[in-house]
Amino acid sequence: MKRRSDQWARRLPYWLGGGAVLTLLLVAIFAPYLAPYPPDAVNLVNELSGPSARHWLGTDENGADLLSLIIHGARVAAIVGFCTVAVCSVVGVTVGAISGYFGGLIDELVMRVIDILMAFPGILLAILIIALTESPSVWAVIFALSVTGWAGYARLVRGQVLSLRERSFVTAARAVGAPAWWIIFRHLIPNVMAPVIVQGTFGIAGAILAEAGLSFLGLGPDGVPSWGALLDQGARFFLVNGQLALFPGLAIAVSVMGINLLGDALRDRWDPRRRA
Amino acid sequence: MLDLGAPMLNRIKTTTWALSSLFLPFVGLGLWAALNPDGGPTAWGLSVKYGCVLSLCFAVFWAGRQGLITSFIARRFISLVIVLVGASTLVFGALRMAPGDPVDAILGEQAPAEARDRLTTALCLDAPLLEQYDRCFWDQVLDGSLGQTFDVQPQPVIDLIVENFPATAELALAGMVVALLFAFPLGFVAALKRARWPDHLASTFALVGIATPTFWLGPMLLLAFTVSVDWLPSPARTDEPLAALVLPALTLGTALAAKLTRMIRSSLLEVMADDYVVTARAKGIPQSALLIKHVLPNALIPVVTVMGLQFGALLTGAIITEKIFARPGIGTLLLEAIVERNYPVVQGTVLLIATTYVLINLLVDLLYGVIDPRVRFES
Repeated sequence: MKRRSDQWARRLPYWLGGGAVLTLLLVAIFAPYLAPYPPDAVNLVNELSGPSARHWLGTDENGADLLSLIIHGARVAAIVGFCTVAVCSVVGVTVGAISGYFGGLIDELVMRVIDILMAFPGILLAILIIALTESPSVWAVIFALSVTGWAGYARLVRGQVLSLRERSFVTAARAVGAPAWWIIFRHLIPNVMAPVIVQGTFGIAGAILAEAGLSFLGLGPDGVPSWGALLDQGARFFLVNGQLALFPGLAIAVSVMGINLLGDALRDRWDPRRRA
Repeated sequence: MLDLGAPMLNRIKTTTWALSSLFLPFVGLGLWAALNPDGGPTAWGLSVKYGCVLSLCFAVFWAGRQGLITSFIARRFISLVIVLVGASTLVFGALRMAPGDPVDAILGEQAPAEARDRLTTALCLDAPLLEQYDRCFWDQVLDGSLGQTFDVQPQPVIDLIVENFPATAELALAGMVVALLFAFPLGFVAALKRARWPDHLASTFALVGIATPTFWLGPMLLLAFTVSVDWLPSPARTDEPLAALVLPALTLGTALAAKLTRMIRSSLLEVMADDYVVTARAKGIPQSALLIKHVLPNALIPVVTVMGLQFGALLTGAIITEKIFARPGIGTLLLEAIVERNYPVVQGTVLLIATTYVLINLLVDLLYGVIDPRVRFES
């Protein structure tokens, strides 16, 4: 009996983390059906009201329903989180694998570029890029976060490939005349996917936090409800109505915490060497 | 047939590459000057100048690859220069790639042609890109002014930065102090009482702390400590600077405290499982001496790295914290400049933050060599 409960406790992070990620995705996909009101439904008579039966989390300064805004905000969070990681990991893995496999001059140049990008606080470059964009879209935010984001994946993959390329299965593939691209994409990259997925999981949380931070600074995507922007608005009225700042922040914190839990669980499973 | 052997051939190949790479920048830039009809003598001059700079870079680069530069500090210094030049070029490029005409953004589209021309010249926008880079970027960086602000009464950007930097540095340092005050006790307790309640408590703190956005924690702390119970003065108060710093520092430092707690815990646990610690314990060294003399020096190494890397996060986090608490500082300066489209100020503040970040990383690397002598002899 004890063993079963132990096993359950060990799987708890998967359930919590996976549940949080799944909830975020489902809420993002079905936002228009889940939200009681459209996000742009304003009702100036009923502004800054507290929680009630009609508005579970109250309303903002335009009388829009806070719950609906938060549900729609999940879309931005999910799109930015997943797409940023998708872009960063595809670019980073490809560049890192090529750099590590071929070595030499290419590797040296790529590493210098990575050094420069990693020396730059990532969010700062994102602030700069968004600040220069007129009415930034969600894609502009994703681009801004990806410009420096891929470097971390590239460095990770390069390090792994450097040790993998000396292994006998790679030598064997080369001996039978496999071209370089085949070795890289069929033999090397599949073997480095575990740490990439772990880093990508944390990357989703990081991107959600970064997007919320940008939106909080007024540099988020234009015209769509974002958790960071809601928090910024809420913080202005929080003396009148505390929950305006409370709930968007909770949405961010719970999503990020869930994703990080999943990341920890995956790392413990696939990368026991770095177990915390 | 002359048989040179593989090593000799290799050396010839490398040397050819090295020598030709010294000429490549001149060829490329010379082509640019020849194809640039309006450039005239300036273009040729610039291509020679940057050709020399790039060749010098290549020369140093090859020297490094051939293992001719062995001193740890020299290697670090060279990579510092590369990173700083690269980062500033990145900032320059980002500002020049901005869609839309900056003149339109500043003056509006209906501005008179004369004013537009004057601004275009002042912004260097009429020159070719390389000339802009040379005349309007590096000259301003190297003469220390970082350019003039776009104001009715222009002033050097550096003056604004010098005026605002102390507030940000104070905040970042206070955030670091808060982080260390939380992280060390929690990390230690968690490692020493592994898998018991102090460990679970510390792990929960770490999990929650990493996920809590700064810009949420700040307003909540404000609500709790200055509005609900009147324990702390409002951070806007200037007559009690130290007390007013408490909430911003807590806001900024919590996320770092969470990361460091984890780091310290896992690092201590890893070192404590090492053979040499087990041996020392078997010899009967008391627990406190074991921890301080044997475990701590090795366990601190990754912690110091993370501290250094995270200092940049503190500087950028300060931008958000300053906004929450309406504090003056580099972040406030940057955000105001962005709203006003005051590009020289944006460029200057971003450069400054990036430079500070890189310098701190260098400092950490050097410190690393002091804490851990092994580093000095590797690679």
